[in-house]
Amino acid sequence: MATSQTAQEIGHLSPGAAAPAIAVPRRRRRPKPGRGVRYAILIAGAIIFIAPFAYMVTSSLQPEGRMFQNPPQWIPTQPTLENFRTFLGISNIEAHTNSQANVGTATVLRWFFNSFFVSSTVTFGQLFFSSLAAYCFAKRTFPLRNFLFFLGLATMMVPGQVTIIPTYIIMKHIPLFGGNDIFGVGGHGWIDSYWVLIVPSLVSPFSIFLLRQYMRSIPDELIDAARVDGASEFKIYRKIVIPLSWPALAAVAIFTFQFFWEDFYGPLIYISSPSLTTVPLGLALFVVKNRTAWSVLMSGSVVATLPMIVVFLVFQRKFVQGISLQGLKG
Amino acid sequence: MAVAEARAVRPATKRRGYLRRKLHEARNEWTAYLFLSPGLVLFFAFFVYPLIFSFWISFHEWDILQPQKPFVGLQNYRDMLHDTGFIASIGHTLYFTVGTIPLELAMGLGIAVLLNAQVRALGLFRTMYYLPVVTPLVVASIIWKWVYNTDYGLANYYLLKFHLINQPLLWLSSGRTAMPAVILMTVWKGVGFYMIVYLAGLQAIPAQLYEAAEVDGAGPFKRFWRITVPMLAPTTLFLLIISFIGSFQVFTQIFIMTQGGPPGPGGATTTIMYYIYRSAFVFFQMGYAAALAYALFAMLLIFSIWQFRYYMRQAEA
Repeated sequence: MATSQTAQEIGHLSPGAAAPAIAVPRRRRRPKPGRGVRYAILIAGAIIFIAPFAYMVTSSLQPEGRMFQNPPQWIPTQPTLENFRTFLGISNIEAHTNSQANVGTATVLRWFFNSFFVSSTVTFGQLFFSSLAAYCFAKRTFPLRNFLFFLGLATMMVPGQVTIIPTYIIMKHIPLFGGNDIFGVGGHGWIDSYWVLIVPSLVSPFSIFLLRQYMRSIPDELIDAARVDGASEFKIYRKIVIPLSWPALAAVAIFTFQFFWEDFYGPLIYISSPSLTTVPLGLALFVVKNRTAWSVLMSGSVVATLPMIVVFLVFQRKFVQGISLQGLKG
Repeated sequence: MAVAEARAVRPATKRRGYLRRKLHEARNEWTAYLFLSPGLVLFFAFFVYPLIFSFWISFHEWDILQPQKPFVGLQNYRDMLHDTGFIASIGHTLYFTVGTIPLELAMGLGIAVLLNAQVRALGLFRTMYYLPVVTPLVVASIIWKWVYNTDYGLANYYLLKFHLINQPLLWLSSGRTAMPAVILMTVWKGVGFYMIVYLAGLQAIPAQLYEAAEVDGAGPFKRFWRITVPMLAPTTLFLLIISFIGSFQVFTQIFIMTQGGPPGPGGATTTIMYYIYRSAFVFFQMGYAAALAYALFAMLLIFSIWQFRYYMRQAEA
């Protein structure tokens, strides 16, 4: 029953195209030969794929120094949470030599708060702004619609990092922030603040495109009926479009959150205060500068990965749907 | 909106009324612009404007620490042609791209085909292969940096144990093995995504095709090459385009695992993105870095157009 429900939802997800049934293997008439070989390959592959991951977990649970012995220990003989305690107790990693401010005030918990705050703000912002725009592109006719839509599509081809140099300069010269005067000169602007991590990411042509493709499948009759009944445009958006686009919104939310949770390049370039460090940046600086404390680093890696695994396990079906939504539209 | 559409459907008899009609439409649809405005403002401020500004910067000697930013014309672009570090970084990026994409495509398709027959515990297998994808890239790079540790890493330990090598490999510290090591790690991280997309593609292929082929006596390999592979061509093209754009921007793995090293002429793993990062944010040569970024953009654009035309030709055929 669960599988047929998935199939139904997927069929619903890709209007027009042949409905692919995710996770529903085609029925075969007779069992295939070579079944054993198939499983052998799959299991061997899975073990290789899971091994580095498992090693991270076991290393994080063993006393510091166990990693510097051969053979590798897969099942901890003396399990300990010491590394986690050390990791969470770290305040202000030495790596942050290029900042003078706030030394000693930022702890690792702060990294997690920063990552969570930035990722969730960007996710909610993108959901709101992108869905508003997507609704207009999907269901409204207005001058310049196609021009704007194709302009957006074209910029999806531009690698995000190509704009990072000008964006850095723009951010440095935002007026009246970070010690800048009204002409944007004198201070550091939005550099090294939450603003720079959040504001430029609030809109994404990719999210708009994904949502717009999905919203096109909403029947026009529903929207017209509501309009005849005197509903305002915002009410139509809120009461009809949003509830009916839930699967696509969930997919966009998961992708966006995941992307910004693991984003490294942005924080690396913009952030220098320990109090604004995000999880990936903190871990990366730890590994680049602090070369010996590997067990502590492994426990930090476990903690950084945990939220992503929880999100994946809870929303697994949405994940899979979201990816096929992405793939089949390409 | 129904009204607007009805008007659009009516044959345009008079050209004179066009502008007036558009103006009328714009007045009717002002809420559409209202809904679009936040997105549009951000889009122009953070996509369109930087793209133009970047072009402007690339004609200057733009040091972020210097107040003077002299105009130098095409000098940055000329320098690029003689910059052996940059030319080497193009080579390294191509090496990385050619190393990762075919492996990821082949392994992703292979696992998807194996999983697509009625496999028990499909969910469990899918989760195990997908786990690396949800692992943050920084974390994946950290794990593999240890896997490649010469003395205590898993790679050397098991390769020695099974007598596949006679002495420990230097992995990330050797110019010959550093890039293959980064490629392997990237493939490990990415295959799950390819698998899921291919699974979706496989399940869209009508079962009747296979049944008909089976009746006609086509063996499993023939069915794979004559049905599965051609039917998945659009999926493969989609994956090819996004992985190409991704590969050309590889950065995080390099930053954490090798720092562009090992040291040597150009560093064996210095990719274009890493080179641009160093020019802009380590040496503060923003103008030169912007020119480099535009070169990267041009390369990707040419490839994308070529891909797109190929895709269109396929779609028409």
